[in-house]
Amino acid sequence: MSEPRLVEVRKNILKQNDIVARAMRDRFHQAGVFVTSLVSSPGAGKTAFLEKILTQLKVQYRVAAVVGDLATENDAARLARSQAPVKQITTGTLCHLEAAMVDQAIADWQLNELDYLFIENVGNMVCPSSYDLGEDLRLVLLSVTEGEDKPLKYPTIFNSADVAVITKMDLAAPCEFDEALAERNIQAVRPGMRTFKVSTKTGYGTEEFLDYLATRLAKSREATTA
Amino acid sequence: MSLVELAQEEAARRGVEVESVHIRVGRLSGVVKEALLSSYEMACFETPLQGSHLVIEDVPVVVFCPTCKVNRNVNSEDWFICSDCGSPTPNVIQGKELEMVALEIRE
Repeated sequence: MSEPRLVEVRKNILKQNDIVARAMRDRFHQAGVFVTSLVSSPGAGKTAFLEKILTQLKVQYRVAAVVGDLATENDAARLARSQAPVKQITTGTLCHLEAAMVDQAIADWQLNELDYLFIENVGNMVCPSSYDLGEDLRLVLLSVTEGEDKPLKYPTIFNSADVAVITKMDLAAPCEFDEALAERNIQAVRPGMRTFKVSTKTGYGTEEFLDYLATRLAKSREATTA
Repeated sequence: MSLVELAQEEAARRGVEVESVHIRVGRLSGVVKEALLSSYEMACFETPLQGSHLVIEDVPVVVFCPTCKVNRNVNSEDWFICSDCGSPTPNVIQGKELEMVALEIRE
């Protein structure tokens, strides 16, 4: 047997997921649907925020959502109260969603009959950062109860996201949440990142966020038809 | 895991045995070196790659400083500022890699 030798093979390890995600992104754009994903730690308020957003968007737009959890259909049931079509993906032991899982979940939906599609990832601040889901916009949620230094502790997920949403603002005062410090920490790991502050309970900040989504949808459609 | 599948595919295509798999892992890739090393062994179990080694090259984060107009290393992944002038640096040039770069093979 000959001596071992080194051969160069340049291959992206996440390639399979990236290929699926890219194809999905193309399909989303052709269909004119704007896709937003949500990542955060468990309990940051993704489902509550999304239920609120879906309920308000539903008045004017065609919306749908996919939600990932290790087990149970609880989140899908909560989101379904918004009257929007909802699919639950149960991942079993997997700590994140992959593009192919989303692709399969939405297979029987007519994408061109939608304006907005939301993908709620499994509550996890680590692995979801590495998996492209074909989304146009990735939101990272941070609740005021988690502490201002979360961005510094999990820089990768904040760096992979496009926009930050600080949730549970109604609890900011009792938690002595330092908004300026949180903002500084977000800017430290992702300079230029836009931050929205919301309270699902009181409705604070949701209008501003919905306006932002409407702007992004319009821009995305302009870019596709141009 | 897709890394083991990728390496297997490549080895089968060339009709060779794999001694080690060389990969580059960016500090911003979200991958923990120690976790990857132990899961590699498990993923290789009962495959043609069983017994092969994983060689990991750490890839530091490099950002483009809009003020100095040059690429800079960042000293810490939780502080995206230019190491020279202190400007915020959102433009990541390097550090998100997760790629297989080479195979050490036996024909």
